[in-house]
Amino acid sequence: MKKLLLSAAVAFSMATTAIAGGGEGHIEDFDFSFEGPFGKFDQYQLQRGLQVYTEVCSACHGLRHVAFRTLGDEGGPHLTADQVKAYAAEIDVYDKELDEDRSAKPSDKFPASGLETAPDLSLMAKARAGFHGPNGLGINQIVKGMGGAEYIASILTGYTGEEKEEAGTTLYENKAFPGGWIAMAPPLEDEAVEFADGHKNDVHHMSEDVSAFLMWTAEPKMMARQRLGLLSVGMLLLFGVLLYLTNKKLWRDIKRKG
Amino acid sequence: MAGIPHDHYEPKTGVEKWLHERLPVVSLVYDTLMIPTPKNLNWMWIWGIVLTFCLALQIITGIILVMHYTPHVDLAFDSVEHIMRDVNGGWAFRYLHANGASLFFIAVYAHIFRGLYYGSYKSPREITWIVGMLIYLMMMATGFLGYVLPWGQMSFWGATVITGLFGAIPGVGGILQEWLLGGPAVDNATLNRFFSLHYLLPFVIVGLVAVHIWAFHTTGNNNPTGVEVRRKSKAEAAKDTVPFWPYYVIKDLFALVVILVIFMAVVGFMPNYLGHPDNYIPANALVTPAHIVPEWYYLPFYAILRAITFDVLFLDAKFLGVLAMFGAIAVMALAPWTDTSPVRSGRYRPMFKIAFWILGFDFMLLMWCGAQPAEGLIPLISLLGAIYWFAYFLVILPVLGWTEKTLPVPETIEADFDAHYPPKSGSAK
Repeated sequence: MKKLLLSAAVAFSMATTAIAGGGEGHIEDFDFSFEGPFGKFDQYQLQRGLQVYTEVCSACHGLRHVAFRTLGDEGGPHLTADQVKAYAAEIDVYDKELDEDRSAKPSDKFPASGLETAPDLSLMAKARAGFHGPNGLGINQIVKGMGGAEYIASILTGYTGEEKEEAGTTLYENKAFPGGWIAMAPPLEDEAVEFADGHKNDVHHMSEDVSAFLMWTAEPKMMARQRLGLLSVGMLLLFGVLLYLTNKKLWRDIKRKG
Repeated sequence: MAGIPHDHYEPKTGVEKWLHERLPVVSLVYDTLMIPTPKNLNWMWIWGIVLTFCLALQIITGIILVMHYTPHVDLAFDSVEHIMRDVNGGWAFRYLHANGASLFFIAVYAHIFRGLYYGSYKSPREITWIVGMLIYLMMMATGFLGYVLPWGQMSFWGATVITGLFGAIPGVGGILQEWLLGGPAVDNATLNRFFSLHYLLPFVIVGLVAVHIWAFHTTGNNNPTGVEVRRKSKAEAAKDTVPFWPYYVIKDLFALVVILVIFMAVVGFMPNYLGHPDNYIPANALVTPAHIVPEWYYLPFYAILRAITFDVLFLDAKFLGVLAMFGAIAVMALAPWTDTSPVRSGRYRPMFKIAFWILGFDFMLLMWCGAQPAEGLIPLISLLGAIYWFAYFLVILPVLGWTEKTLPVPETIEADFDAHYPPKSGSAK
C-alpha cells in the first residue's frame, strides 16, 4: 500500500515538472472567494464585476464566448430572467440575417472587442498564469486557483503612473505586465463605478470584482466542477475502503495468515 | 493457448456446447480471466489495468467530444468553448479527456520503468516489450495530434515545431514535411488530417493492446523475482500462481480507485494544472508565443532533441537532434538484446540497481530540462542526460551482464512468497 502511494506520488510529481515559468511581472496574491476545493463564486461580487465590465472594460474589450443567458446561471452572477433580458436589451449586437445591428436577446452572445488591439476577455483568466508555485511546480494551484484572476487584478492595480512614447504609441508602466510597459491606459480610477449595494469603489476593490467576474466568464462551470471533484473523490474513497477490505479478505487464505 | 497449464472452460449445457463448437468466445473470456498469475506480484504490477482504463476513458470521452467538435481553423477553438459552456457536461468530458491523457502517460512511464527494473523485457517476453514500445509510440503520436485540435496558440506552434522536425531530414525533409502538413504551413488541411488520425490511432492502439496481452498471456507474467512459474503440471503451477480473477482483478481495481482519487481531485480542483495557459488564446500564425513548450510527457525526449547543438560532418545539429530523440526510444526497444545478464530481476542485481535509479533520475532531469528555455547550462545538462540514457542501454546493460556479481535468486515463486508470508506450521495444503 505504501509502495502504491509512493509510486503514485512519484508518478504525479513527474507530471508536475512540466509547468513552465513565464512572465516576469509581479503578481500579487488576492484572496478570492472561489479559490481552493471548497471555494465558491460570490454572486454579488460577480454582479459588481459585470457592472465594472459594462461601464469600463466593454468600451474596448469583448466577451465573444459568453452568452447573455448565462448571466442568469446558478454558480454565476445569477441575475433574474427579467434582469438578463433588460441587460441584454441595452446592448446592440450585429445580426447576420438582418445584416444590421439590433438590441440583444438573452440567447445572443456579448459583442466581440470593439477595439482591434484589445484582446477578447472571455478566457483571459485562463490564458494568463499568475502563479508558478514553489520551484515553478505550480502545485499551489490546488488552493489558490490558477492565478489568472490575480494576474488581471494585478495589472489593473499595477500602474505606477509613468508613461513613455514609443513609435507613436503611449506606453504605461505597470508592475504586473511582462516587460513592464503596457499599451492599455489605466482603465480604472477611484469611484469610476457607483455600486448599487454601496460596496467600496476604489481601484483595488473594483479590480478585484471585475477579475472575479472574468474568472467566471473563463470558467463558468467552476462550481459544478468543484462539486464533481468533491463528490467523486468522496465516493471513490468510500469505494476504495470497500475494495481494500475485500482484497484483504480475499488474499487472507493465500497468504496463509488467517 | 500455450504456457502455464491450468483448467480450461468446459461447455456443459447443450446451449454452451452448441455455441462453443461454432464460436469459442466464452472459452476465450474464461481463459483470459482465469489465467494463472504469479502470486507474488507487487504494487508495480497494477499499471496495466490503469492503462486499460485510460484507453477506455479516452475513447469514450473522445467519441462524445467529437459529437460537438468542429475540425476547421475558423471554428475549432470556438467549438471547444461551445463544449465547455453549452454542451451538458461538456466541460467534464473535456477535462477528463485532457487530464486523462496525462494519467495515461504517468501510467505508461511507471509501467515501462517497472519492466526495466524487473527485466520484464527479457526472453521470452521480447515481443510483449516491442509491442509495448509500439503502443507507447502510438500514444505519443495520438497525444500530439490531440493537443493540436483545440487550435490554441500552443496547438498551432507545437504542430509547427514538431512537423518542422521532419523538415530537418536531409534531402527529403522539405517534401515530407509538406506532405505531413498537407500544404506549405500548418493550416486547415493539417487540422483535418490530424483530427482524422487522432480518431484512428486509438483503435490501432486497441489492436496492439490485444496483441500485447496475447503475448504475455502466452509467456505468462513476469514477477518481482524474475523466476518463471513452474509449469510441468497443473499442481506445480498452482503452487506458484493464483487465477487472475478474482485475486488480481480486485487488487488492481483497488489500486485503480486509489489513483482515480488523485485523478478526480485534479480534474475537479485544478484541471488546467498540466495544460498551458497559451492554449486558451486562439491560434495566430502571426504571433509566436514567448516560450513554446510541449506537453509534459514529451519533455525528456524534447530535451534530448535540443541537447544536440553542434553539427557533425555534413549532418546539421537539428537533424542529429531528431535522430537522437527517436534513437532514445529505439534503444529502449533493444533492451531485450543489449541486456546480457542471466538474472532477470533487478532485485538480485546490486550494480544494476544503482544504474537503474540513475536512469530514473536522468529521466526526471531531462524532463525538467525540456521545460526550461534552452539557455545557459540547460543544453549541456541535457547533453549529459542524453549520453547517460544511451549509455545505459548500449553500454551499461551489456557490460553489467558480464561483470556483475549477482545475489542468489529464490528457487521458486512459492519460496519467495512463503518468505514474505510464512505459512502457519502444519497448515500447509
